[in-house]
Amino acid sequence: MSKILKTNALESEAIYIFREVVAQFENPVLLFSGGKDSITLVRLAQKAFYPGKIPFPLLHVDTGHNFPETIEFRDKLVEELGLNLIVRHVQDAIDEGKVTEETGKYSSRNMLQTTTLLDAIEEFKFDACIGGARRDEEKARAKERIFSVRDDFGQWDEKNQRPELFDLLNGKIEIGQNVRVFPISNWTELDVWSYIEQEHIEIPSIYFSHKRETFVRDGLIWSASKYVYREEDEEVLERIVRFRTVGDMTCTAAVESDADTIEQIVKEIKVSTISERGARIDDKRSEAAMEKRKQQGYF
Amino acid sequence: MEVLKIATAGSVDDGKSTLIGRLLYDTKSLTDDKLEAIERNSKKKGYDYLDFSLATDGLVAEREQGITIDVAHIYFSTKKKSYIIADTPGHVEYTRNMVTGASQAQASIILIDARKGVIEQTYRHFFINNLLRVKHVIVAVNKMDLVDYDQQVFEDIKADFEKLNAQSSYEEQEVTFIPISALKGDNVAQKTDAMSWYTGDSVLDFLEALKPEQEELTAARFPVQTVIRPKKDEFHDYRGYAGKIYGNSLKVGDAVTVLPSLTSSKIKSIEFFDEQYDEAIAGSSVTITLENDINVTRGDILVKSDEVPHSAKTLTASVCWMDGKALIPGAKYEIQHNTNRVLAKIDSIENVISTDYSGEDSSATQLTLNEIGKVNFKLSKNLFYDNYTDNKAGGSFILIDTQSNTTAGVGFIG
Repeated sequence: MSKILKTNALESEAIYIFREVVAQFENPVLLFSGGKDSITLVRLAQKAFYPGKIPFPLLHVDTGHNFPETIEFRDKLVEELGLNLIVRHVQDAIDEGKVTEETGKYSSRNMLQTTTLLDAIEEFKFDACIGGARRDEEKARAKERIFSVRDDFGQWDEKNQRPELFDLLNGKIEIGQNVRVFPISNWTELDVWSYIEQEHIEIPSIYFSHKRETFVRDGLIWSASKYVYREEDEEVLERIVRFRTVGDMTCTAAVESDADTIEQIVKEIKVSTISERGARIDDKRSEAAMEKRKQQGYF
Repeated sequence: MEVLKIATAGSVDDGKSTLIGRLLYDTKSLTDDKLEAIERNSKKKGYDYLDFSLATDGLVAEREQGITIDVAHIYFSTKKKSYIIADTPGHVEYTRNMVTGASQAQASIILIDARKGVIEQTYRHFFINNLLRVKHVIVAVNKMDLVDYDQQVFEDIKADFEKLNAQSSYEEQEVTFIPISALKGDNVAQKTDAMSWYTGDSVLDFLEALKPEQEELTAARFPVQTVIRPKKDEFHDYRGYAGKIYGNSLKVGDAVTVLPSLTSSKIKSIEFFDEQYDEAIAGSSVTITLENDINVTRGDILVKSDEVPHSAKTLTASVCWMDGKALIPGAKYEIQHNTNRVLAKIDSIENVISTDYSGEDSSATQLTLNEIGKVNFKLSKNLFYDNYTDNKAGGSFILIDTQSNTTAGVGFIG
């Protein structure tokens, strides 16, 4: 019997996009956060160029407020796959006086990442930055192109985007511009988890149910940590939680859950009545929080 | 999971947002926090009902002006399929967005307000679906509740639309009519008792049963994206051609010709990641190796040796113009055809389709933003191409402005 390839449309589309990036750009980079979406990107890139190695480096913009589990996982993955990892630190931009640390109740380094990212793009002359953003995450991201052109200030001109027709991706840019590329634009949260399950992809332990010192603010469960500002009356309790989305500690809320296998996570998401970014503190700043950050060069 | 891409076009008044909102709501794809945000913002704006466009109009400018500027992508899934809806505004000034949405779609939903019947916007949407050869078209006659679910109203609209359809050059297009009330949910996700005279499927049931892979298959085309040379000891002489298959499937042993060099070879292996396969179908991103060591680079196309398309240094195409700077004879653009780019000069404009689709203007001297017309090109070198009606991938291209680098238009050859 002849062996016919069963094609997964979303996987095939993502691989196609990765290959266009490598063909159309001189100096691409994969933006790696240690979250499930960027881990999925690494697997897709592996498939796209097999038996060759992934032909671009990974860039991690480290806020210094990461979950230690994420960093541990990142280093293991890089080692196992023989990847080239570049790390740039938000702390350096703070020390150089380029950005000022936020203070107070909702302080976070999430916004500060943009400066570090744009500096790294300039330092390494990256012309394409591949990211794991998905259109189903957030309504401004729903308007993103697969190839999203940014000017030399990293700005997104959302009202003047290039039309994308069929599979024809136009990556032509001027020197100084760069393109943000989103291979899993058309995936939903459930698509990502189903893929992780099907491919047996390893992910950091914080995605699974665990005990954690937490406190509740605005109906969200925050991690108790030296990086997270906490008022005296915000009581710390040990809760059984997991994370659905992983940014740094100051902008990612946990959810109460006993899902400790991928299978259970998939089950949990299928019946969940709250969206993934409902646990993102960074999105709650305003109705247009994401669009504003993107205009400034956030990914 | 199977993915179905759908395009919708129409204005807010047609109830398009309500229809999409209904589909999301009835398939439980709208999470509580998103629904609450819609409720909160609808109330803030003083609306009596939930305005689902607030969920899809993702940009500040869109929410401020209450208009959809850009294509929104909406996702929902059932147990059977994942759906991706490209939701586009239907007015003439958004023709380019409609074309963009339709270029990705396997099926299209045209909404008609039962009280208004077939209007100019219906013509435009249907014309674009014809031009782009979207195989499955659902004509959803909406707001049936406002015409007392009257069968006659539905039949009259159907008859009007059939007249339009009779002029279509795309005979294989399948047009399905469904009477609905998006507001009440009639025939959207579930069949309704309110229209017992209607014996067909609800919109969702119809989409669930659709098998887009049954679309008539055409000659196989394999545009090479990049060459994989691992430079590892165990793969010393390995040269894999990475690309996506369009049209009929490719098999190991197939005699193939490389375009444009016209050199011949046989497919030695079809690979996906660390597995080898005997055959791969349309839509598969694979890596192909050939029996003999011939020169193949990005931009080349592998085709079956008995299915070589014709080549020429000129081409004629229907062009939808997408740039503020008009297309005029003498101007040069870069054509991106599959993974290949070639310089092209506008030779002449044959005609421009009038915006109400009543006819063509053959005296036009330029093609402006959102216009569609027939254009003759001269190419800087020979190009192997198909007619769009025979082969979508081999018969379509984009035009890139060589100064601004923007995608200025799209062409359908033939």
